Amino acid sequence: MLRILALLALLAPLAARATDAATITRQGNGKGAAPCMACHGVDGGGMAINGYPRLAGLDAAYIRRQLDDFANGTRSNPVMQPNASALDANERAALAKYYSALPVPARFAKPPVAKPDASGERLAVRGDWSRGLPACVQCHAPGGVGVGPNFPPLAGQSAAYIASQLRAWQHGTRRNDPLQLMQHVAQRLTPQEVEAVAGWFAAQPLPAREGEP
Amino acid sequence: MKSLTMALLCACLLAACSHPAAEVSGAAKPERAPATGVASAAASKETAPAFAPPAESDIPAGPLGDAIRRGRAIFTDTSKYAPDYVGNTLNCSNCHLDAGRLANAAPLWGAWGMYPQYRSKNGHVNSFGERLQGCFRYSMNGKPPPLDSDVIVALESYAWWMSKGAPSGVKLAGAGYPKQGFKPPQPPDYARGAAVYAKDCALCHGADGQGQQVAGRNVFPPLWGAQSFNWGAGMQQLDNAAAFIKANMPLSRGGMLSDQDAWDVAMYMDAHERPQDPRYHGDLAATRAKYHDTPMSLYGTTVNGHLLGSEPAR
Repeated sequence: MLRILALLALLAPLAARATDAATITRQGNGKGAAPCMACHGVDGGGMAINGYPRLAGLDAAYIRRQLDDFANGTRSNPVMQPNASALDANERAALAKYYSALPVPARFAKPPVAKPDASGERLAVRGDWSRGLPACVQCHAPGGVGVGPNFPPLAGQSAAYIASQLRAWQHGTRRNDPLQLMQHVAQRLTPQEVEAVAGWFAAQPLPAREGEP
Repeated sequence: MKSLTMALLCACLLAACSHPAAEVSGAAKPERAPATGVASAAASKETAPAFAPPAESDIPAGPLGDAIRRGRAIFTDTSKYAPDYVGNTLNCSNCHLDAGRLANAAPLWGAWGMYPQYRSKNGHVNSFGERLQGCFRYSMNGKPPPLDSDVIVALESYAWWMSKGAPSGVKLAGAGYPKQGFKPPQPPDYARGAAVYAKDCALCHGADGQGQQVAGRNVFPPLWGAQSFNWGAGMQQLDNAAAFIKANMPLSRGGMLSDQDAWDVAMYMDAHERPQDPRYHGDLAATRAKYHDTPMSLYGTTVNGHLLGSEPAR
């Protein structure tokens, strides 16, 4: 009996390693990928202050493509590149599914009130067509709640994270956007506008369950 | 592991090399939107006067301002604010971008001063209000609001306000869609259009042209089918669609498509079924002969083995 238990204890992590995304998020995969929760939080809500994004409730295909793109370098990031590269295809798929199925943590329904910035709101909901800038919400959906696998939610996402991504598109360190839409849009933004629009979206509430009124 | 590292390193180097230096160096300063080729060519040829509409913040206070703001609300969220007259899920601002303000996207300020106008579409002189009624009947696949209804008055107020200071009776640069002199190098082709659509349009409008919705609202509008414009709308004409697409699509990247691609994909879009032309009374060929007698309309013709208009979307 003791031997069986000991054997099970030995086998359990091995069996879990291949498919159990939850274990990877807590312990890493033992092949170089760090535990996701160290940065993205136990509930997948991220750490806004450090610019680590929320993953809980994002579209699975979107997360999967980001992991692939970190590994192939079209989305360049010194932390995520080695981690994504250490995950095999099954692990990436399992993690994408795991995080997309996590509920959006309740705190996102009522984000901390940010200082209102008129230019951020204007860009987000009106755009500036004199510079060829559509409103952000024309693709990221009203309120920035996101739509489908290609237009991720911005509402409630970390302001530091949104701003860092806009700068990554400006500098070409992130270039995995379909039709290069974000690279073109980002290049038309001033540094002040990057901060303003990121701050506005970070302050928008996110419904507990996306896609429902 | 070593070979993987090498492979990654090579991939990064290759990516760095193939990435145009201009994009990185240009990153620091904001870039102005590239002027679309069609638009600037058409404008310079005609030497039509330019016009810039007033800022939205200049809408006055008081009852008139309220009507103007209501017009804007109807324009950008049409089925919410004019539900009795709308038969699909589109908004006016789907085709008249920036809430009707954008040059080369049929801005309201480019239309206001051109009415009253004789229109061959209905064979008489139309007021601006009647022109708006046509939008509801065809593009919105709905019912025309009465000329004295608050819907028409609000939209007229918005168009009038936006056109303040524009010359009357003068075609302005950027009015309508830039279709003058915009011809396809080769006749538009359905199969080529399908390829362009899959590559550059389906991302937003969906593989089946039905757009994308969140919580029952369009984020990206349907291009054909029951929730799109009907067979009587201006956008079912290839020249209108091609010019709009060339100048404005994909959003933020107007001018990206080649002239040929714009015409091909316009044809692909307009070779799908949509709601019936409300002027149809049981005879497709007769409806085509009377209202669609132009190579710019595919209505009543057979494309890809299907007689368009014979099975309208409901």
